[in-house]
Amino acid sequence: MSVFNARSAWTIYKQELLRAFRTAMQSILAPVLTTTLYFVVFGAAIGGKMSGGGIDGVSYGAFIVPGLLLLTLLGESTSNASFGIYMPRFTGSIYELLSAPVGVGETLVGFVGAAATKSLILAAIILVTASQFVDYSIAHPFYAFGFILLVSASFSLLGFILGIWADSFEKLTVVPMLILTPLTFLGGTFYSINDLPDPWKSVALANPVVFLVNGLRWTFYDRSDVPIGLSIGLTLLFLAICVVFIAWIFRTGWRLRT
Amino acid sequence: MQPILEIRGLTKTYKGGFTALKGVDLVINKGEIFALLGPNGAGKTTLIAAVCGMVRPTSGTIAVFGEDLARNWRSVRSRIGLVPQELATDMFEPVLRSVNHSRGLFGLAPDPARIEEILRALSLWDKRDAQIRTLSGGMKRRVLIAKALAHEPELLFLDEPTAGVDVELRRDMWKQIALLRERGTTVILTTHYIEEAEEMADRVGIIRQGEILMVDEKTAMMERLGRTEALISLAQPLAELPGPIARYPVSLIEEGTVLCYRGGGGEGGGTGTQDVANLTKDLTRAGIDYTAIDIHESSLEDIFVNLLEGPQGVAQRDGQAA
Repeated sequence: MSVFNARSAWTIYKQELLRAFRTAMQSILAPVLTTTLYFVVFGAAIGGKMSGGGIDGVSYGAFIVPGLLLLTLLGESTSNASFGIYMPRFTGSIYELLSAPVGVGETLVGFVGAAATKSLILAAIILVTASQFVDYSIAHPFYAFGFILLVSASFSLLGFILGIWADSFEKLTVVPMLILTPLTFLGGTFYSINDLPDPWKSVALANPVVFLVNGLRWTFYDRSDVPIGLSIGLTLLFLAICVVFIAWIFRTGWRLRT
Repeated sequence: MQPILEIRGLTKTYKGGFTALKGVDLVINKGEIFALLGPNGAGKTTLIAAVCGMVRPTSGTIAVFGEDLARNWRSVRSRIGLVPQELATDMFEPVLRSVNHSRGLFGLAPDPARIEEILRALSLWDKRDAQIRTLSGGMKRRVLIAKALAHEPELLFLDEPTAGVDVELRRDMWKQIALLRERGTTVILTTHYIEEAEEMADRVGIIRQGEILMVDEKTAMMERLGRTEALISLAQPLAELPGPIARYPVSLIEEGTVLCYRGGGGEGGGTGTQDVANLTKDLTRAGIDYTAIDIHESSLEDIFVNLLEGPQGVAQRDGQAA
């Protein structure tokens, strides 16, 4: 008896990706458009008027690319994964998953893998689109890819938990809209936290998204407000916590099995 | 007969304190069609959900194919199929893809020929590229059956398979279920249509308020609990019954104008109908004239209603008839 059923996992993964392409307008085009608007307004229009040649020798338009990319990745990974598991719970079609010989491994690879893949596709499209409006470079392409992958996977896991916890569509949108978006805006997407006046700089460091934004910015421009090792370490820790929590969900059946 | 499913002492108490199952013991034999009959809220769906993995039992054991469900859930679940009561599936999916998905989910390699066979048998092949939401209610239910059959289960649960389905489709569904049995699939269906159990089932279990009241072969149940009822309209009203007539399980109703017989062994012209024939001869001998005889066998429905009315209800009727 196998412990992991690769075919089941692949089936879920394929299904979830197909669902994304079926709703491509909403799940791909909309976030790309929103992010592009940021590039145009903040990067090209306002950034061009800024004196002093940007932040730390990086033009303002380029400076905000990693942060904006992260803003989209956090929001989309979370909401994609949460909708992926919430919808079957909502419609009742989850009976099939629950009655199938499928465990936590297959479910995670399927649902979270598909959500993370979507985020990677989205990241690629956004980076290509951004290059049309601002000049940016990537100092550490390998790390950049790794970091994007890590963030996509972690927040897809978070989204999966959210989708299992939520018992209404409202709760589903609360976390991305009311928690992730403000934290990302305040997490140094549009500015360097080193430029903040003193009490606020320390306060900003309590925001975990600061470490994500700066981690990704380091892979682009080799500069960061916080140590890069700490950024990667914290992200891995977050991922591990999510995995442990999901394993607990499957063991106890919390919100899945009555 | 080889058991395929053995449930022992199964209890389920939901978080709110509601106990849906109270120590259910049930053995299902390989190859049979078993109908679980009970009113709404009796615990039918909870019982199915416990075997299929949607509900965690509070206590008790479930063994399927001789394996403990809790321990060997992977191998056990891969051999069980479930058609849920609600029409719950991704309605935007085309039929064929949805059914293929079900097969893959259970870890089986694609088998287009087998899937085509399943879809053809359920008259869905022509609709294979249609989105499920565009189909009629009966067709949607058949899609759910196709999905449940996609991994070729040996044990199939049908939760209210004909709820909200018109008469023609219901007959069609029964035919499909009969075909499954011919292929060797064991079928457990829940229903509150007695007609359905009467038509399809080899054995019937009656569940009420989380307890199995009775499990028996359908025909045996009907023979044991069935009654013949005869209403004999008398030419002249009677004030009391003469001795030879009073020996029968009869009573005078409608102000002595009708003689009511209740008794006998039920279905298949058992002792009941014989009894009524003898009764009419005795009436003639006693010089009691009659104008009409209305005789009928009690159905599974009567038995069901009696059982659900509680032990008292059954006793009362037994007493009356004896």
